[in-house]
Amino acid sequence: MGRPRAYRWLAVLPTLGILGGVPFANRVHRYVLGLPFLLIWIVAWVIATSVLMAVIGALDRRRDAAESRDHPRS
Amino acid sequence: MNSALLIIGGFLALSLALGLLARRGREMSLEQWTVGGRGFGALFVFLLMAGEIYTTFTFLGGSGWAYGRGAPAFYILCYGALSYSLSYFLLPVVWRYATKHQLHSQADFFVSKYRSRGLGLLVALVSVAAIVPYLVLQLKGLGIIVSECSYGAVSTPAAVWISTAGLVAYVIVSGVRGSAWTAVLKDIMILAVAVGLGIYLPYHYYGGYQPMFEAIERAKPGFLTLAPRGMSETWFISTVALSALGFYMWPHAFASSYTARSEDVFRKNAAVMPLYQLVLLYVFFTGFAAILQVPGLKGPAADLSLLRLSKLAFSSPVVGIIGAAGLLTAIVPGSMLLMTGATILAKNVYRPLRPGAGDHTISRLARGLVPVIATFAAWLALRGGDAIVPLLLMGYNLVTQLAPALFLCLGERPRVTPAGAMAGIAAGETVIACSSLGGVTLAKLFPAWPSAITDLNIGIVALVLNVGVMAVVSLLTRSRGDR
Repeated sequence: MGRPRAYRWLAVLPTLGILGGVPFANRVHRYVLGLPFLLIWIVAWVIATSVLMAVIGALDRRRDAAESRDHPRS
Repeated sequence: MNSALLIIGGFLALSLALGLLARRGREMSLEQWTVGGRGFGALFVFLLMAGEIYTTFTFLGGSGWAYGRGAPAFYILCYGALSYSLSYFLLPVVWRYATKHQLHSQADFFVSKYRSRGLGLLVALVSVAAIVPYLVLQLKGLGIIVSECSYGAVSTPAAVWISTAGLVAYVIVSGVRGSAWTAVLKDIMILAVAVGLGIYLPYHYYGGYQPMFEAIERAKPGFLTLAPRGMSETWFISTVALSALGFYMWPHAFASSYTARSEDVFRKNAAVMPLYQLVLLYVFFTGFAAILQVPGLKGPAADLSLLRLSKLAFSSPVVGIIGAAGLLTAIVPGSMLLMTGATILAKNVYRPLRPGAGDHTISRLARGLVPVIATFAAWLALRGGDAIVPLLLMGYNLVTQLAPALFLCLGERPRVTPAGAMAGIAAGETVIACSSLGGVTLAKLFPAWPSAITDLNIGIVALVLNVGVMAVVSLLTRSRGDR
């Protein structure tokens, strides 16, 4: 596996944002982009999840490539 | 016969034809039928997994809950995203092990990891028990679609039986490759229909989203936020957590990871799937748009809201296209569920009890069980009762009890003993059975406790007990020289 991959902790953010953020978002009574705040909050986190997982995936692929260059398996 | 029903029938015939085409030239061994020969790339696995996400549950259940419950429906949009972030780390581990050991089903995984046939049998029974309500809700959805789109010409029971027959025919001809191809057709249809409805209806009836939500808020104050009790923030958070954990515990979702060609597939999917989920937003919009236009659908009847509003807004051929999209959203996951259930019963329940049975017998039995399971589910669907969403929540409660035993066996060796895992699962399922069959709730047991605790999804309580029992029994059985 090589060096620790600390950036993988980014994957925890959606869980914190959704599970931890709902009690906050539920108390805000206003519309953003025409949607109730609770709904837009959730939508924003769903999009953020996609971005975060894409970033982790890209970093992992780069790391995998570097490691297999340094330590060829065969 | 009206044009809506004709269009729906045409799409059923088309999906059968796609199933036959996918099958052509391939010998359908059990491996081909269930895991597609393990040669699927990112796109195919994506389609299979996406095929499992957009089910009748999302289409009719999602709009039905937005219509009938309001803000609690948003939970459906949340848990998928969390499961995908988890899947990035979970599925490659599962896939590597399953590929190395040539596993077919989820129960195989437990048998192999824990070296326990008993645990495999228990997992198999639990997963089939969870599949049943999921299948029932697909058939309910199909029944609703066919009877609504017939404009009263076909009764609901007749519609459920016709749909069941169609589903069985589809499963028998197609197998997993057929599911993936039909999933392509289905996903194009559902994207177009859901987004189309979700944009057109709010603008047509209210002039936009914000005016629509404001009108709803005026008619039903507090409908767009979570209530202080009942389906409160506590309920919401515990239900999202439970569903996120349970997402990949479904035997068909778990086993569809086996079809992947490499683990990179899962990395790509973890980034794409959350975006794909946003289609749900438009499904909610449709449900919300129906509130003030087709009022008065009470309880389980809320599941009719999407189609009722469509019939109000569009002519019969358009309703037919919408119904056809709905048909496909039921038939693709429905076929996966049926196939998985039948394979589990044949391979993981029958075979351990009859060790002499050969592959051919098992394969034939699996196919023979398809109509049996379908008939049972149709019978349950006709008994009435729950709306679509509560049925799935029950399935999730059942299946999530497998999560602790799974997570604890992902390392080199399982952290708990087979006896511990079995006792934990049994304890969790007992709680679920008491709550779904006996109607026991925390609020009834402890009326004096604050609602922040009693609103917890009962599945979480079962999960805590599950882990506790698992730990205690593991300690007891390990001291007797397990290691």
